[in-house]
Amino acid sequence: MATIHVDGKTYEVNGAHNLLQACLSLGLDIPYFCWHPAMGSVGACRQCAVRQYKDKDDNKGVLVMSCMTPAADQTRIDIDDEEARAFRASVVEWLMINHPHDCPVCEEGGHCHLQDMTVMTGHDRRRYRFNKRTRRNQYLGPFIAHEMNRCITCYRCVRFYNDYAGGTDLGAFGARDNIYFGRYAEGALESPFSGNLTEVCPTGVFTDQSHSDHYTRKWDLQYAPGICHQCAVGCNISPGERYGEIRRIENRYHGEVNSHFLCDRGRFGYGYVNRADRPRVPEWTERPGQEAVTLGVDPALERITGALRQARRIIGIGSPRASLESNHQLLAMVGPENFSTGIESREQACLAMMNRLQETSGLPTPTPREIERHDAILVLGEDPVQSAARLGLNLRQAVLSRREELAEQIGVPAWNAEAVKTLGQDRYHPLHIVWPAPTELDSVAVARHALAPDDIARLGFAVAHAIDPAAPPVDGLDPASQERAGEIAVSLLKAARPLVVSGGSLASEAILEAAGAVARALSRRAAQGGLVLIRREANSTGLSLMGGQTLDWALDELSEGRADAVVVLENDLYQRLPADRVEQALARANTRVVLDHQRTRTAEGADFILPAASFAEGSGTLVNLEGRAQRFFRVFEPAYLRPETRIHESWRWLHTLAAGLRGEAPGDISLDLATRACAGAHPGLAGIVDAAPGPDYRIEGLRLAREPQRYSGRTAMRANLDVNEPRPPQDTDTPFAYSMEGYSGFDRPRQQIPFAWAPGWNSPQAWNKFTDEVGGHLRGGDPGIRLIRPQPGHREYPDPVFDDGATDSSGLRALVLPRVFGGEETSARAEPVRQRMTAPVVILARPDAEALGVRDGDSLTLLGVREGDSLMLFGGPDITVSEQEDWPPGWAGLPAGLLPGLGQGATLTLGKPTGGES
Amino acid sequence: MSGSTSGQGNPLRYHSRIRQSGTERQPETHPLTWRLRDDGEVVWLGEYLDKDGYQSVRRALAESDPQGIITVVKDANVRGRGGAGFSAGVKWSLTLQGGDMPRGYLICNADEMEPGTFKDRLLMEQQPHLLIEGMILGARANNARQGYIFLRGEYVEAARVLNRAIDEAREAGWLGPDIDGSGFDFDIAVHTGAGRYICGEETALINALEGKRANPRAKPPFPGQSGAWGRPTVVNNVETLCNIPAVILHGADWYQNLSGNRTGDGGTKLYGVSGPVAEPGLWELPMGVTGAELLDRAGGLRQGLRLKTWLPGGTSTGFLLPEHLELPLDFDSIANVGSRLGTGLMMAVPEDRGMVSLMRNLEEFFARESCGWCTPCRDGLPWVVKLLRDLEKGQGQAGDIELLDKLAADCGPGLTFCALAPGAAMPLETALRHFRQEFEQGIGKVSGDTRGVPDRVAADAPANNR
Amino acid sequence: MMATTPHTTELIGSDRFELHPDDEAAILREKEHYEQPQAACIEALKIVQRRHGWVPDGAIMAIGRLLGLGFAAVDGVATFYSLIFRQPVGRHVILVCDSSSCFLTGYETLKQALVEKLGVDYGATTADGRFTLLPVCCLGACDGAPALMIDGETFGPVTPEDLSDLLEGYE
Repeated sequence: MATIHVDGKTYEVNGAHNLLQACLSLGLDIPYFCWHPAMGSVGACRQCAVRQYKDKDDNKGVLVMSCMTPAADQTRIDIDDEEARAFRASVVEWLMINHPHDCPVCEEGGHCHLQDMTVMTGHDRRRYRFNKRTRRNQYLGPFIAHEMNRCITCYRCVRFYNDYAGGTDLGAFGARDNIYFGRYAEGALESPFSGNLTEVCPTGVFTDQSHSDHYTRKWDLQYAPGICHQCAVGCNISPGERYGEIRRIENRYHGEVNSHFLCDRGRFGYGYVNRADRPRVPEWTERPGQEAVTLGVDPALERITGALRQARRIIGIGSPRASLESNHQLLAMVGPENFSTGIESREQACLAMMNRLQETSGLPTPTPREIERHDAILVLGEDPVQSAARLGLNLRQAVLSRREELAEQIGVPAWNAEAVKTLGQDRYHPLHIVWPAPTELDSVAVARHALAPDDIARLGFAVAHAIDPAAPPVDGLDPASQERAGEIAVSLLKAARPLVVSGGSLASEAILEAAGAVARALSRRAAQGGLVLIRREANSTGLSLMGGQTLDWALDELSEGRADAVVVLENDLYQRLPADRVEQALARANTRVVLDHQRTRTAEGADFILPAASFAEGSGTLVNLEGRAQRFFRVFEPAYLRPETRIHESWRWLHTLAAGLRGEAPGDISLDLATRACAGAHPGLAGIVDAAPGPDYRIEGLRLAREPQRYSGRTAMRANLDVNEPRPPQDTDTPFAYSMEGYSGFDRPRQQIPFAWAPGWNSPQAWNKFTDEVGGHLRGGDPGIRLIRPQPGHREYPDPVFDDGATDSSGLRALVLPRVFGGEETSARAEPVRQRMTAPVVILARPDAEALGVRDGDSLTLLGVREGDSLMLFGGPDITVSEQEDWPPGWAGLPAGLLPGLGQGATLTLGKPTGGES
Repeated sequence: MSGSTSGQGNPLRYHSRIRQSGTERQPETHPLTWRLRDDGEVVWLGEYLDKDGYQSVRRALAESDPQGIITVVKDANVRGRGGAGFSAGVKWSLTLQGGDMPRGYLICNADEMEPGTFKDRLLMEQQPHLLIEGMILGARANNARQGYIFLRGEYVEAARVLNRAIDEAREAGWLGPDIDGSGFDFDIAVHTGAGRYICGEETALINALEGKRANPRAKPPFPGQSGAWGRPTVVNNVETLCNIPAVILHGADWYQNLSGNRTGDGGTKLYGVSGPVAEPGLWELPMGVTGAELLDRAGGLRQGLRLKTWLPGGTSTGFLLPEHLELPLDFDSIANVGSRLGTGLMMAVPEDRGMVSLMRNLEEFFARESCGWCTPCRDGLPWVVKLLRDLEKGQGQAGDIELLDKLAADCGPGLTFCALAPGAAMPLETALRHFRQEFEQGIGKVSGDTRGVPDRVAADAPANNR
Repeated sequence: MMATTPHTTELIGSDRFELHPDDEAAILREKEHYEQPQAACIEALKIVQRRHGWVPDGAIMAIGRLLGLGFAAVDGVATFYSLIFRQPVGRHVILVCDSSSCFLTGYETLKQALVEKLGVDYGATTADGRFTLLPVCCLGACDGAPALMIDGETFGPVTPEDLSDLLEGYE
């Protein structure tokens, strides 16, 4: 702590901060541009000038840039100093010289940091009488629109994109007053974190192209605290709705999970919510092949109840992309003995093992923010940037933070960004990646070892043994792997806080067991290590804590006639198991009920579709890969603007359906009741009740407003339906109001913040007003409850186990690689994400390519897939061959999502396309 | 750029030269230039060794440790000849060395680009070994493992000479491992630039050396703590380094006495005069000669011209008046009258020259050479240029001069990221102070809108800007 | 400089470019002088420019690949420095010093004479592809002001009358 004196008042601040950060943390306003809480100070914009005095006797002082001045003890400054104010006014005046002043037509208008700062400094008159400079813009792909005329040359974009996120295609070009920020050539921005440019840029140079297509001002959007559903990280989001559509996703600050940044899948993958083909009313298909008819809610429930009552046994298939509440209601309806998680067996085994390892490996699971403090990392059998993108960014910061240690040694503060970068150069904390394909983190890694799944596990066990001789050795390990294992072990042992990262991407229990062994070994060596285990879907962790049978079991029950009805919750089974197997099982059922918000292949084959709420229209609880339960809240009421829609949360449908099956009146159901029912039924989930405040939560007696105070058009929005404005929808499930009425301030600490706004702070920088210190934690506490806690004590090592590595001589085995764009079912339905999916590629080792008679760039097609006993034939799409030097022979690397239902390790028959046909 | 032969033997070809004859330049009084040949040819290694060359290295490596060298240089008070005037000895004493510190770099700043400055090229083109010798001493004092001469790209001849001299020195064992049997190793590479005045700023220079955009770096940390590739690094000007061998050989007192009692600053200085004078040129003179003496050496202004004002050491220094010609040209005396000694090469402005157009020319230079990192420099200076252009055409508007005052003040030291904009502000501020009337005459002759005036700053060099 | 640049037209806007083996070797040699490969970037650009007269888009990528740098980083450097040309130039480049010493000794008259003689202003190339005219900051030849540089050679003082003879030597 340090005591500083500002404008004659005395404050206690964090002495490790610079003065700008310290003053902003105190709630004092100093305008700034180039500084960013996550990226530190560079002193470029000169906007944050204050007067600093040498000591208490100095009454002259000098102007300094507060971002470049340490908040040292007994520092005395004046923000409200005439000369400092005049200089700050000059700086904004210069920045506005070439700015187009196009706020009325600029998409940044109303949440623009430049607007805020211009107002804050009092610049309201233009004296510059000469021509403005103009620029040409670039096409930067489907995510980001580019308008360089608005640029004020703060350099934040390149600092985020290149330094923070590791991108290489965006740069600063030119010199003097002719600096251009863009790509070296037109084309889609390559980094999967490009969307953050829209928030990092203090003005409208980089804006959200997906928002552009249906643009609404920030103040005219309705928000709720959301949780991203596109992977297992659980980033907090602030989705904005207008006219019944989600129009933009912005980052919602969470001090431990996502802090300031999201990945592009999360930010731009929301389009599935707005799809025109979504089921919006119940549908009934009397006989397969017939046209579906729509039904009202009551007739639909009646018919479904009637059909299900006929059934001997109903199987309920849940979903790791649905809320705990919905899954539990399904479980409660069909009974635990008839409930499947909807997860394929190997994945489910991996999920169970991950939960177990998080409790018993001896190492705790760090939060994403805590990951950044680890000083040596082993990534074993995962590609975090593809499978849990936001974590990739955390891992990169961990590797880069070696710089801050070097800086500390010579007294350079961590916030002095360029100086820290200079010291860093390519000096990183060690990162060892064991993964067959190139990854985005390779450029900062010591090495990447391209191995086949079983060899990944083998190397992991060997590392554990090298760290702790008590861990069982691996038999028959070749000397090269032995040496690698030794190097990795030494590097992890040297670290103060080693981190092991693994996960379920390769569906290999052996790899996870090996990662657990490394964690155990490290914990026995008393290092303050950590273990991060990546799950695939938004609620994979939650569902595995809840428990249930595998999807394979559910299909078997149906195909073998032990059950004759099935209720599928928000799950496209064809994404998980081979199509013939799914089809065969579903065909045996007499009644197929599907609840979903997407028209999936599973839904299309159903007798009944009940239109489920997505995260935009529904509330519920998810558990992320840390084991953190987090609540998401519905953003809008779909029937308000489209009265014909009958979209409801699945837990609400299922509760009502269950009552009907029991022949009872539905009775009350609310989010709170649904959450409590789930928590009460599953001891591992008991904590979810406390993940967020209940519906009665009030601040100063007020509900929390979903709409900003300046929300406009409320009386006009429905005028095409009815000139009388109806009462806004009433939300009895949550503490939020569908209204601008209610609390929306920053001065009372709270966790649940639909949108960040404070007087004078309209941009995302307004989050600074909600945190205990800028870049710290929400003053009301970071949302969510950790459910998985490590248990004390050391467990025994398991014996090394391996998956069946036998390669069928007749074919190559599939190695399905996670990918950020296209590797997740729902976001892959969003148009901009579709455009960013890479062309289908199969990665082959050179000998395998030679055996097939193909070379890099040639085309192949998939002729057949054999998985267990099941054989499928494809007339599949043409796939381009990519030969990779170090790729493990015998394996064919295919991107996730390319062939839905394709399992890891399936045997493939590849051949040259016959051309023309199929 | 490769040498073309088209200009060979062309009488218009520019040659660097010193305007003092060999008889005047004696070892006891002219440590920088006494070895130079009257015919302007290069002093290669043989001749250099004949003229006491590398004796200081031999002595220092045999007799002194790094601290010993630093002490002598500090005592001699060798002040930086690149323009800032900071004591080289003090700078060296702040370089991190010993302990766990990796051996770092010694960089010679040979990016001579300050308008009006043409001294370093003489030293490099005709007497390269003196610089190499100075660098070896600097490397020893700072425990540097590698030296770079950061040479501006336009000094093609200097690059050729330096590279050959480095090869000579390496072959003779003055560079490379185990120099002169001392166990000390050090080598030098020439790095040639690709333009941009900002590269003369020592931290921008380091970024340029690293192959990056030459934006300056924040200080602290100073290069001595974290310079090239984050290693301890010393950056010294060519002339500064060329002073070191004589200081080591003859001692701090001898060096101090070179300037007699003219000034507190010791040693000699390569002074020069440019502009419309009878005999523009370079002279090695004791530190602290007066402007009058120097102008005399240059034969005064060309016939029919009278001195109106002068810049003491490049365009980033403040304008002085004829009355200031009697001041000693040293760091403190010139600073005391609101200017800077800078590089010590005087530029004379005759009375028939308008200050507004001169300032326009000068600010066009600074605006064009801004690296574009910080706002006052990047966006403030082009505004200055545009106002000056209007004033030059008599199209200034009421308030323009006050705006220029404010712009100059806002570009002052501490307010901008590096010294480039303050260097642009000082001549502007002094010109406005001394010659305000000339600026006022630019206002109001023509009223109205000046939009549509071609923007020359934006059009300066389309071939290298998108 | 100024190898003839027969391929210039096809290099504009193209990413098809192969480094000449000698240039590649020279760049790799240059890299050895430094702790990090990026330091060879500026020299690499100059090496390419020596052969082609300018630096086409494809060369940016070729240099990036050779030194392991992002293309944006290489182009960011190429566009920063004033002596790297990212557009085609003539066979000879005339750099006119416009700094104060030359200003005080009449560079403006000299430049005007050049503009009239060549028929092009700053930033342009003569129709016959012979000369490109550009300004340059102080050439460090102030005792020979006004000065100019042609293909790396400095001349000064130069009067408008000198120009005919001076330019004759450049084909």
